[in-house]
Amino acid sequence: MHAELEVHFRDSAAKALLDPQLRANFRRAMDGLMAKRKAQFPDPADLQDLRDLSTAIRSRSLLNLPDLLEQFEANCTKNGIRVHWAETCEEANELILGILQSKGAKTLVKGKSMVSEEMHLNAFLEQHGIEALESDLGEYIIQLDGETPSHIIMPAIHKNKDQIARQFSQKIKDAKYTEDVDELTAMARKVLRQKFLDADAGLSGVNFAVAETGTLCLVENEGNGRMSTHVPPLHIAVMGLEKVVARLEDVAPLYAILTRSATGQAVSTYFNLITGPRGTGEKDGPQDVHLVILDNGRSRIYADPQLRATLRCIRCGACMNHCPVYTRVGGHAYEAVYPGPIGKILTPQMEGVGVRHDLIHGSSLCGACGEVCPVEIPIPEILVRLRREATHTDAGSQVAGKGTGRTRTEDWAWRLWAGLLKRPRLYRLAAWFATRFGKALPAGAPLIQNWTRTRTKPVPARRSLQERMRSEAQSGGTRHD
Amino acid sequence: MTDATTSSAASSSARAAILSRLRAAGGGGPLPPLDVTVLERRQWPARERMERLRKGMEAVHTEFLEATPGNWTAVARAFCDREGLKNLLYGPGSEAGARLAADWAADRGAGQGAGGTQLMPYDRPVEAFKDELFNGVDAGFTGTVGGVAETGGLLLMPDAAEPRLMSLVPPIHLALLRASTIQDSFWSAVKALGWGRRLPPNALMISGPSKTADIEQTLAYGVHGPKRLIVILVDDLELA
Amino acid sequence: MNGSKPKKVYFYGTCLVDLFFPDAGMAGIQLLRAAGVEVVFPQGQTCCGQPAYNCGYWEEARDVARTQVALFPEDLPVILPSGSCAGMMKVHYPELFHGQPDEAQVRAFSGRVYELTQFLVQVLGVKLTDLGEPVKVTWHSSCHAVRDLGLKGEPQSLIGQLANVELAPLARTHECCGFGGTFSVRQPEISGAMSCDKAADAEATGASVLLSTDGGCLMNVNGTLEAKGSALKVQHIAEFLWERTHAR
Ligand code: SF4
Repeated sequence: MHAELEVHFRDSAAKALLDPQLRANFRRAMDGLMAKRKAQFPDPADLQDLRDLSTAIRSRSLLNLPDLLEQFEANCTKNGIRVHWAETCEEANELILGILQSKGAKTLVKGKSMVSEEMHLNAFLEQHGIEALESDLGEYIIQLDGETPSHIIMPAIHKNKDQIARQFSQKIKDAKYTEDVDELTAMARKVLRQKFLDADAGLSGVNFAVAETGTLCLVENEGNGRMSTHVPPLHIAVMGLEKVVARLEDVAPLYAILTRSATGQAVSTYFNLITGPRGTGEKDGPQDVHLVILDNGRSRIYADPQLRATLRCIRCGACMNHCPVYTRVGGHAYEAVYPGPIGKILTPQMEGVGVRHDLIHGSSLCGACGEVCPVEIPIPEILVRLRREATHTDAGSQVAGKGTGRTRTEDWAWRLWAGLLKRPRLYRLAAWFATRFGKALPAGAPLIQNWTRTRTKPVPARRSLQERMRSEAQSGGTRHD
Repeated sequence: MTDATTSSAASSSARAAILSRLRAAGGGGPLPPLDVTVLERRQWPARERMERLRKGMEAVHTEFLEATPGNWTAVARAFCDREGLKNLLYGPGSEAGARLAADWAADRGAGQGAGGTQLMPYDRPVEAFKDELFNGVDAGFTGTVGGVAETGGLLLMPDAAEPRLMSLVPPIHLALLRASTIQDSFWSAVKALGWGRRLPPNALMISGPSKTADIEQTLAYGVHGPKRLIVILVDDLELA
Repeated sequence: MNGSKPKKVYFYGTCLVDLFFPDAGMAGIQLLRAAGVEVVFPQGQTCCGQPAYNCGYWEEARDVARTQVALFPEDLPVILPSGSCAGMMKVHYPELFHGQPDEAQVRAFSGRVYELTQFLVQVLGVKLTDLGEPVKVTWHSSCHAVRDLGLKGEPQSLIGQLANVELAPLARTHECCGFGGTFSVRQPEISGAMSCDKAADAEATGASVLLSTDGGCLMNVNGTLEAKGSALKVQHIAEFLWERTHAR
């Protein structure tokens, strides 16, 4: 079904941890983002009310999803937006290629779209002789280096100014070396404005899709989204099928909590509502607007009542900003389009829980993600559920790759564990041995070895609590030990 | 090789398959209630709305010019002259654009501002002057249909008279806002403007000049769109 | 429990306290007794089952959990010197037993579970008198204690009652120490990096002791500090409170 590539999060994370520059870049960036978010929510009760409302809106959208999608499609069509559906990324790529080719388009400027990353659209179009140029500054920076985004909101967050300065001076024609952020930005502006002007087509993602009006909502700060969707004669939007909400009114609180959670902004520079191509008499805007609605495993996630919560996600990135693992290893270590906590639950559900087994175990279950998620996705609970799915084949489960992460060793380990702990006498015996001889366990023993890389070996106490309480009871309840 | 016909056949079979999977999964169930008191709480008296909007937008580098219903065209003009703008793109078919042009002409008739900023009408399809729009225009002038007090923000509904790119492509965007049109929040604006019922092909909220923080979280303005956003804030509250 | 303070409670030691921090367990029992509460400590305690639950081995977790629930038949509060295990028993048992024949029984049990400081503050409303020398401590809030169980500063409020104790704020206090149970051995590199950062933040406070409600975090941070040769010690909150408030 998929390229069954075993991916080792542990290895790539270990590699990332050895890069002090990378770690410093992420630590600084995440500390800043956490502080900014916090400043936007001074009143915890107000935040909770807004989260509850946002969660309810997203849950309602999902409950009505098929109806809303049909209503949305009908309204889009009425507005002149051509709607296409794709079950897989391959289908979506083919659809887009077909649209571009039918217009003879050779160049495409792109606003930020994680779904297009999911589709690996750029590489696909490149193969078919169409230039796809990222225009979000962060995306542009990483595209210059042939990299993928390391964060869903701030794709170039792993790079610092010096790295970008060096890169620009090497890769942009006639660019001089400068570490001045305004000058670097001006360089990109110059290149990209010409591209907007010349492009045959523009592509964008969709933050929210409004069923009642047939509207595509785009949230952005840079204006490249507006450029990509209003300047070229053709606009193609791509969205995951979960993005639809019933009413524009419902979008208001989602938008409010999105920007605050994401970058700690009360409002983005632009909130762009697209409800059709260039209208009668209008002097600009694209003549054609197409929309591709992508499934890519979402309808399977939808089928599970617990896992469905995954689809509430509004892609704010707060879970990664607050994740102690993400903060240390950065986005690339996940080797997935969506990194961080949301990626840890989304990627295995899309690609299979077996092949991404170490992704679902790459969490301490600290719960920081669930705590900040604006739509209250219980990410730790979903991780535990996916760990279950990876090692079991429960009837009724539709999870991709269920049971394929099972190993005999782990099965036995847990059987032994339970065998010991459900037999108090056996446990008592083991505890007696541990307290008497635990010291003698070599620090290099398997598992203990993993512990003692950075820590001293824990030594059991000389007498366990139960032993002491037993002697206390025997000696008639004296209070000292 | 794909063409539009085969892709639409593929699309409709994908559509059927997706929708049937979603339906089979069983939506339904009781819908969780929507408690919007958290949104209703965001309310301020008119003058405070104006102050809030201004504070919110200034925090993201928007500049304000204070004006009255009677003098705003002169304020706009003084700004253009002060900045030494070569030209100002405007929509002759819009109410605000027409008024701007009329006053501008009257002033010129009165002997003021010869040689100053030229008004440039956006009166033909963009294809006819795309290069000039990108490279030869100093500023664009638009009206607004309202503002948002809670966070700061201007509401625009570009149309035939006031095209979309006027507020995007020129390096300076000059926007006219009447204080009486400022709503409490985006949520209340959506309701007040009836956007939930009908939307034009494009509508938007703008809170400041184009910006990015993609290089080391350092804010830089004017990355793709306008480098400056100037709001001509017309205080018409006493009249309203 | 009808409004009046309970006279009798169960104490559940948890496996980590049983084997590695028995002094903390004893101290917890003493604190309860000092507050005038009789403590019942059933023998046969092993583990709450959290490791297996978190790894998806729910049958195994349930097997163990059942034997534990059975140790606490009477309608008495069950007190744990661990936020993480209390969270498991209070919040996750109902999920683990969802749809099982004994779900109702388990739910009733879960309803009686408290973390020690939670019980001391919320139910007993204890007042502490500090008998110790001036000392500067710092607080590590266990993720599960706060996010699963919902502790809301009870331990800090108890520390705040101690006149000679200065509580130095720990930077990034809500960030995980890197323990995470099986995570610490399944992802030793990431876990180790988190632990080292936590140890460094703790040292930067200038405190002489780091306190926490949870044995897992303590074992992790302690091991890391020891490996660095740090002078900073760690201690379970129960043991610290007992030592400060009761002369030997
Ligand atoms: S899971 Fe929640 S916090 Fe993470 S990106 Fe999605 S909405 Fe944001």
